[in-house]
This record gives sequence, C-alpha cells and structure tokens, in this order.
Amino acid sequence: METRAKTTREIKAALRRYSKDELLRLHNEMLLIRRFEEKAAEMYVRAKIGGYLHLNIGEEAVVAGAFSALEPADYVFSYYREHGHALARGADPKRVMAELLGKATGLCRGRGGSMHLFDTEHRLYGGWGIVGQSLPQAVGAGIYIDYTGGKEVCLCIFGEGATDIGAFGESLNLASLWNLPVIFLCVNNQYAMGTRFDQASAQEAIWRKSVAFDMYGERVDGMDVLAVRQAMEGAIRRARVERKPSLLEAVAYRYVGHSMADPGLYRTSQEVDAWKQRDPITNFRQILKEAGMIDDRQIKAAEEEVAGIVAGAVEFAESSPYPSPEDLPLDIYAP
Amino acid sequence: MPVITYREALHQALVEEMRRDERVFVMGEDVGLFEGAYKVTAGLMREFGNKRVKDTPISEQAIIGSGVGAAMLGLRPVVEIMTLNFIMVAMDQIVNSAPKAHYMSGGQVKVPLVVRTPEGAGHQLGAEHSHCLDAWFAHLPGLKVVAPSMPADAKGLLKTAIRDDNPVLFLENLALYTTRGEVPEGEHLVPFGKADVKRQGEDLTIIGLSRMTLMALEAAKRLEEQGISAEVVDIRSLRPLDVDTIINSVKKTNRAIVVEEGWRSFGFGAEVAARIYEEAFDYLDAPVVRIASAEVPMPYSKPLEQAALPSVDRVVEAAKKLAA
Repeated sequence: METRAKTTREIKAALRRYSKDELLRLHNEMLLIRRFEEKAAEMYVRAKIGGYLHLNIGEEAVVAGAFSALEPADYVFSYYREHGHALARGADPKRVMAELLGKATGLCRGRGGSMHLFDTEHRLYGGWGIVGQSLPQAVGAGIYIDYTGGKEVCLCIFGEGATDIGAFGESLNLASLWNLPVIFLCVNNQYAMGTRFDQASAQEAIWRKSVAFDMYGERVDGMDVLAVRQAMEGAIRRARVERKPSLLEAVAYRYVGHSMADPGLYRTSQEVDAWKQRDPITNFRQILKEAGMIDDRQIKAAEEEVAGIVAGAVEFAESSPYPSPEDLPLDIYAP
Repeated sequence: MPVITYREALHQALVEEMRRDERVFVMGEDVGLFEGAYKVTAGLMREFGNKRVKDTPISEQAIIGSGVGAAMLGLRPVVEIMTLNFIMVAMDQIVNSAPKAHYMSGGQVKVPLVVRTPEGAGHQLGAEHSHCLDAWFAHLPGLKVVAPSMPADAKGLLKTAIRDDNPVLFLENLALYTTRGEVPEGEHLVPFGKADVKRQGEDLTIIGLSRMTLMALEAAKRLEEQGISAEVVDIRSLRPLDVDTIINSVKKTNRAIVVEEGWRSFGFGAEVAARIYEEAFDYLDAPVVRIASAEVPMPYSKPLEQAALPSVDRVVEAAKKLAA
C-alpha cells in the first residue's frame, strides 16, 4: 500500500515546524526503540526472555511521532507490541528489559512480561494481550477525563487487526457519541500474524472506518515520523480543545515476524526489502543530513549513546534477582 | 426495622453510595430514562443527572471495558449488565481485563469496578435467558463474586462492593427482586467472605446461595414439622469463600446438602463438597448430597422448566433420606 512520499518543499516545511533539538530527539527515540528491540530479539534467541515477543521494528516512526506529541499527564492504553511505547512514554529502559527477563526489578515486578507493560508513573496503562482489548478501556479513560473535567487526552494504540473485532465498533461509537477525548491510533503494519489487512477487512482504507461513527479519520505515512507527529498534533488538539475523538491510521511495516516464532512465509523477501528502502530511521537521518542538522559524527555519537543505554538495560536486567516464589500470591487483590 | 424489597434495598445502597462518594457513577443499558430493566436504578437519573447515570448503547464489551478503564484511573463505576446472559459477549473484559490488571501491573493499578447483573431461571425465558453461571466467574482469581439472598444482604453487600478496591461481580436474581425483608436504614455493610447461618439446626446442614438459600429455608421449615432439624448456611460470597463457617456447621451436623441453581458438573456444589471432604471428612456420616439444575439447556414449557430446576420438594426428599 502506498502513501505518497513528500516533495522536497513539503519536507522543508515539515522540518521548519520543529526545533533542531526536537528533531534530534525524534531521531534518537526511533534509534533507541530499534536497538532495544534488536537486543530483545537477541535475548529471546539466547532464551533469556520467555513467552511471546512482539517487536516494534519498522514501526519506530509511528511510536516516536505519536508519543512525542503527548503531554506527561496524558494517558496511554496499548497492546502487546509495546516495548517501544513504554520507552517513548519515558519508562526506564532498565526496568523494561528487566520485565522482559521476568525480574523483580521489572516495571511490573515480573508479573506482566513483554505483553503486559504498565508504568502508571508515566501513565501507561498496559500492555494488553488480547487483540482490541484496550479499546473499551481507553473509552473509560475518556469517561474519566470527561467526568473530572480534565484537560488530558487518551491515546489508544492498536494494530489494524483490532479494527476487525466487535469491541472496535463499540468503542469508537461510544467515544464519538459521548464526545470523549480519545485518539484511536491504528498502526497498520499490514499483517495480522500472516493475514494481510486487505484479506481481512472489506474496507481497505482503515481510517475510513471512522466514517461509520461520525468521527474524524485520517491516513498518514507511518514511515515518516514528522507526518505522524503532525497528524497526532491535530488529533490531540481535536481531543483536548474540541473534545472529539479521532481515528488515525499510520501505515507502517513490520520488518520482523509477528512474534519470534514467525518465519514469515506469507510474504516475499522482495516485499520486505522494498519496505526497508523506506526505513523510517535511515530516511529521517538523510533528511536531517541534507538540512545540515546532523552529520556522521553526531550519528555515531547517537548510536554510541543508545548502545550504552541498551547495554546498561541488559546489564541491569541480568544482574537483577528473580521474584521470590513466596511473592506469588501478592497483588491478586488490592488491600 | 423497615421491611422493604430486595429491589428497594439495592436501590438504597446505590443512592447512599452515590451521595457519599462523587466518584461513584452508574452506567448500563436503559439504567437512566427507562429506570432500569428491573427498576433498581429508578429515579437515579433525576437525582444525579446524566453524567453520573449513563444510558449506554447495547455494547457490553464497551460497558464493562470502559468501566475497567475509568476504574483504573480512579472512578468507581457501578455498571449494570441487564442480565447475566448478556455478559458472555463481554467475557474478555470480565475475565482478562478486570481481574488481572492489578496483578499483571505488579500492583500499580486498581480496578474498583462493580458489575451488577441478575441471573436465574423460573420465568419461562428459555435456554438463552435462564443462566446461572456463578461458578464460571467464581473460578477467577482477582475477581470477587457475591450473590445475596435477602434484602438486608443485598444492601450491605452492594455497599461493600462499591467501596472495595477490586472488581466485584454482584449477582442478583430475577426471582428475588420482589421478595421482602427487614433492612437497616443508613449505614449497613456486610463483609465479603463471610457466610451467614440463616437458621440453626442439629441434624444436617443445607448450604445455599442466592435464591437457593430461600429454598433451603423453606425446606428446613417443612423438615422441622417432620422432626428433622436442618441448619441453613447462606454462602453470600463465592469468592472469597468462607470455608470455616461451612466446615464448622458440618462438624456439628455431620451431614450436608448443597443446593445450587446452576448445572451440577464442575459447579458450586462440587467446590463446596470438595472443601468439606478435604477439611471435614472424618466428621461426615454420609456423602455430601448435591442438588442442582438438570443438565439441559433450559426448556421454555412451564412443566419442563419446573422439572429442570431444584425445588423445595427435592431438598426435603434428599434431606429425609440423608437424615434417615
């Protein structure tokens, strides 16, 4: 699926909207997610991480673009492909990696794992493992904001497969009916496990599903961090100021399998390679280079910094203790 | 003490808790303008407005799921599912979201959500609208499940449920809404995890919950006329389950009958019987007797429906045999 690439003039206009610091921050955020996920894959292969492992590789522009537009007080409800979401929300990479390793120092003290990252300090409310599960919950966050008269917004992020389940319609309908400040961000990475979105959804333009609920909808190039950021800014304004929800569809591509157990037999290597040509990090780097905002020395420095963060996360996670079996019954019920 | 209906007792609990705590709100299908399919929420919208009494579309996943979300952020939603039969379309939220959030997050989030819903058969509603599935939900760690039999318990347990920081499935029963009983005015809390001995007896123990407790009491009255003294234990709370009260009663009477409205296999009676065998085996003079619904989808026709359900006659017959 094509989303039109920007013209040179459009790129320049997009760059002008942000400070150099902000642009470099976006670059570094995407880089951290990429390297963190590559390391997570490695740790999985080394059997340090168990269970399922779903990676954000190829989706970095969606994550960095969307999350960088949020305020710290805003809420996020996510799903099982969410390591990058936690990082972009400000979670400590050490504690994210420790959670993946099932350690007592993990974000959820080893209770959640890869699919269930919670960090309420950064207002990340899961980390939910069933497709579409968090959509109604995000509507509940919208109810909370409406009820308390707050100015926060709620970002609900999910894959395109979630737009085929019943709770998708129920949630968008209620959010629109009650004018709730919820942003539904669909990461269309094009495959629900091995099923291509156009084999699963009669409406191939996912964003148009908003029409049924009288909601604003928009498709954006999910390989372009600034395009995502800009669309997200619009959705946030609509939510915060106009108290109206939006459905954004960010078209991206998952370079790796659905999980680590997926050999990818349902698509060709040519297709994967074609999408890698549009790599969000490489392309953004090129744009920044041409604009004179970053050079090879700075890129190297950024890579080193990120490598240090990831290595530190691994070291922390590996040296942390496992939870004690005696703690098994803790936290089943709140006191 | 005033005598009011089960329905009025529930209504009282809601009104009192909504007045007491602004974070408490009610949400569900037809709970506002229509005043509730079974009128438990009658008048609430007038007093509290449509911000605190929300009429929803027919969207059970969104009703329970948004309740979970709002609860995680600090509100105290009391959502109504019109009948238990409709909760099946929202199982993901009631099984995966509500009871697991606190644990999976390592204790970071709480879900102070109450899901109120009536269950039960006996109204010729056919196979899809007559379920009694308490055992399904009591199976889930992280959820609390209560099922009051009498108006005073209905009020006291609902107030406790609303103040609890955990998700609570609050099971009402269609046949109980018009039953009457003494209910304390104002503050009246019934703790979770405490069974109630509704009638003292010596010869055998009848254990029930919800509507089956009333059946057990009626049976006990008849048994007394025949010289058999039956103790009736009302479970009230399935999870947490008050095993001690059951065991203490069985140690006294040495015989037990469990009456349940659900199906027998893998049910409430099976759990209670297992607990008795585990903890009071040496005190038993006879095997535990289970009385349950026939294992059929509930038929529509009146005589068939009555034949499928537990009855006072069946409890009396079983008790006589057991006490002999």
